[in-house]
Amino acid sequence: MTEHHGLASGGVSAPPQEAPRRPGADGVPLLIEQSAPGRRAAAPPASDVPPVPLEAILPPAVLRPTPPPLPEVSELDLVRHYTRLSHRNYAVDLGFYPLGSCTMKYNPKVNEDAARLPGFARLHPYTPVPLAQGALRLMAELEAMLAEITGMDRVTFQPAAGAHGELTALLMVRAYFADRGERQRTRVAVPDSAHGTNPASAAMCGYEVLTVPSDRRGNIDVEALRRVADERLAALMLTNPNTLGLFEERILEVAELVHGVGAQLYLDGANLNAMLGITRPGDQGFDLMHTNLHKTFSTPHGGGGPGAGPVAVKAHLAPYLPVPVVERDGDGFRLDYDRPKAIGRVRAFYGNFAVLVRAYAYIRAYGPLLRQVSEAAVLNANYLLALLRDAFDLPYDRPCKHEFVLSGRRQKRESGVTTRDIAKRLLDYGFHAPTIYFPLIVEEAIMVEPTETESRETLEAFARAMLAVAEECRTHPDLVRTAPHTTPVARLDEVTAARRPNLRWRLPEDAPA
Amino acid sequence: MARAWVPHRYLPLTEADRAQMLATIGVASVEDLFADIPASVRLLRDLRLPPAPSDAELLAELRALAGQNADADRYVCFLGAGAYDHFIPSVVWHLAGRAEFVTAYTPYQAELMQGELQATYEYQSLLCALTGMEVANASMYDGASATAEAAVMARDLTRRGGILLSTAVHPEYRQVLRTYTAPLGLTVTDLPHEGGVTTPQAVRDALDGETAAVVVQHPNFFGRLEEVQALAEAAHAAGALLVVAVADPVAYGLLQPPGALGADIVAGEGQPLGNHLNFGGPYLGMLATREAFVRRMPGRLVGATVDARGRRGFVLTLQTREQHIRRERATSNICTNEALNALAAAVYMAALGPHGLRQVAEACVRKAHYARERLCALPGFGLAFPGPTFHEFVLTCPLPPERLNEGLQARGILGGLPLGPFYPDLDHGWLLCVTEMRTRAEIDRLVEAVAEIAEEAGR
Repeated sequence: MTEHHGLASGGVSAPPQEAPRRPGADGVPLLIEQSAPGRRAAAPPASDVPPVPLEAILPPAVLRPTPPPLPEVSELDLVRHYTRLSHRNYAVDLGFYPLGSCTMKYNPKVNEDAARLPGFARLHPYTPVPLAQGALRLMAELEAMLAEITGMDRVTFQPAAGAHGELTALLMVRAYFADRGERQRTRVAVPDSAHGTNPASAAMCGYEVLTVPSDRRGNIDVEALRRVADERLAALMLTNPNTLGLFEERILEVAELVHGVGAQLYLDGANLNAMLGITRPGDQGFDLMHTNLHKTFSTPHGGGGPGAGPVAVKAHLAPYLPVPVVERDGDGFRLDYDRPKAIGRVRAFYGNFAVLVRAYAYIRAYGPLLRQVSEAAVLNANYLLALLRDAFDLPYDRPCKHEFVLSGRRQKRESGVTTRDIAKRLLDYGFHAPTIYFPLIVEEAIMVEPTETESRETLEAFARAMLAVAEECRTHPDLVRTAPHTTPVARLDEVTAARRPNLRWRLPEDAPA
Repeated sequence: MARAWVPHRYLPLTEADRAQMLATIGVASVEDLFADIPASVRLLRDLRLPPAPSDAELLAELRALAGQNADADRYVCFLGAGAYDHFIPSVVWHLAGRAEFVTAYTPYQAELMQGELQATYEYQSLLCALTGMEVANASMYDGASATAEAAVMARDLTRRGGILLSTAVHPEYRQVLRTYTAPLGLTVTDLPHEGGVTTPQAVRDALDGETAAVVVQHPNFFGRLEEVQALAEAAHAAGALLVVAVADPVAYGLLQPPGALGADIVAGEGQPLGNHLNFGGPYLGMLATREAFVRRMPGRLVGATVDARGRRGFVLTLQTREQHIRRERATSNICTNEALNALAAAVYMAALGPHGLRQVAEACVRKAHYARERLCALPGFGLAFPGPTFHEFVLTCPLPPERLNEGLQARGILGGLPLGPFYPDLDHGWLLCVTEMRTRAEIDRLVEAVAEIAEEAGR
């Protein structure tokens, strides 16, 4: 291996061909395959009221003739099953997770303790407001903290995820323009570098989607935007820093242009981790935004969810927030449902409250030092970029923010090895792969986001692995093309999975006769 | 603008690290890395946030906030209405709470994420077993948004734009369905309940050639059982689909599941399957349908396949439906879902098994029936909607239910939900829920307290 920027060579041995055996290493049978009639793994409360024949309560016709065909396993069977499955997983608590756009930072344990307090976890959503003041105060204080961080005025916590926040925000834009009699605004502009959720959310909101190209520096092409900015435009959905990990250098011009035609400027806040205490979306000219508490504010991703996608807005959009909103009421707090311009609701109750508790604990644990989160996230990303920039193509050569995007086109051209192959080979080195093939505007994209919670040593170990794989692309391309070699399963047949979907287990009685 | 660096337990970079890293990058300070941000929008002051407490102080503060809430450990809870206090076996969160699941991302690298993928496949299988449907997705946000997405899915499947929505569906689900469907131009028509249920005749009268779906809830918001089969037949006769929403799938441990009764889409809330009350979230949106409809389904799906050496493995599949590939033509914008809550639901269903789940459902029915009969025997109280109920029922009361609740709160009891805010014609309606968690002694306490409060009010 050659030296790169003083990164010590050596210390990388080829991944072992045989992992040590442990229970479940050869596969974990399905629960239904472990089932034996008569076993059980729980003792729920039984009825202690005077017995009445069930038929006296419910008509027999409504009853299931046989209980649901669920597996029957013992408690220990169940514990081993899920423990073994957990050993076949990758997680932040296990290792570096450089998925671009996902902000896989450390999830503090104290936040978990906070969310599990019975006063939160065991609180019914319809508990009368005077008896839920602690929960409402937490929401009100978190709202104030997020408003300060984003430079916005009000926040709704109802959206359960980032995409849900996008939808909520666009519904508000729609209601705002309907209220102003500007129903001709039927179009939403989205850069070609945007997350797929942006155009999908716009479509769910009934908008026509206009794709705006990016310029050669990786910014939104302002001239192209100018051509579509007219009285039919409802909003521009912009990610900043964008999905290339680059700050939109012409943001002030963009804001002026969008506002100049009377449209709203929306921020996809997925990348807020680059801006905490550095610059605020509200000050940049954004009218509304969502933020991903499961990215920027450290709440765990749970293998795909739950998240939370609160939407923050400037005052002119506050009347359209979904109901209810938390309002101060003397010394306490109340839920305000009497908001005639509200868009309605986007889910039941008030949002993913237990996620809010974690985000609250996280922000409190930093206070004004949150700025250091973004400083370290940006420093880590630029350092990792410096270690990797010679080995891979860098389509947009500028200081990045919290993440950067490389291209594997050189490896593809020279060795016929794709970015997918490189990602799979990284798994053999004990790392999760970066996000690949996104953003769509970069050929063979490799999108890396280290986050601020990783040490210099971890970044260097990952860089050594990336450089080793780049070297293998030249010297042993077949080894890379057939990777991974050490994971619990080898490369999986996705084509057959899609052509002949097998989406649940079949019981013997389901088998075709 | 350079400020002194303050060490923090979540930030591992040392002074020496930062100096070396800046040198490697080739810049003098971290500040230089932000030089592309227009100076006029730089924040030149500290964020106005309260200073950081120690972990001990923070936990004490959060305990104090949590202590201000009347949770279901401190109060005897008779609230339901979409969120249910069921028994959660200890195994559920000991397993779902394992850090390997909790701190994982969406399983994009399948070879490294077989645990998550198999767990999701098993969740899909278990949910099909419970609902009687052929295919279930990996999860939606909650019962309300899942029901709304089911309506949109029905539009796509039928290419029709009308939704008939029973007023016996949870009012917040109805509100969400309207919010979701309005910008898409769907016409949502209320289907008024009659005596607490949706009648097939009312459905037949309201159906027309533009109806994409009839949406009912079973058991419904009032705890009543809908005639699902007859409703399905009525919908199908007009070429429409039947969407069955469910707020508590534990009911299907005992009741005929919608899949056996002709439902085309089952959408609902999986919180009752091992998830905490959490003041309303995170919960678990469930969505299940017929195999033939899978390509119009929103959300992630996990499928079984084989690896290059012929071994069983699991992958995210049929992804061309999803936003990251199809963008504005995707079946939905959903990306992040409620995977961990689905995992908890799977552990819960497997822990209880067929007989345990039936036992829970039966205990709910028996205890609710006992409470219902005793409360109805009190002077001035009666059933708003006579007929069989699962674990919820609506009482009409001789005084406003809000006043009953106040009296109960003083006695450490959370009473039912007053229905006036949702149904103006039911302003003395009180929706009570009795799960298997309530003991006979607690129910007796409720009944005695209600009798006392009503008597005091009558004097």
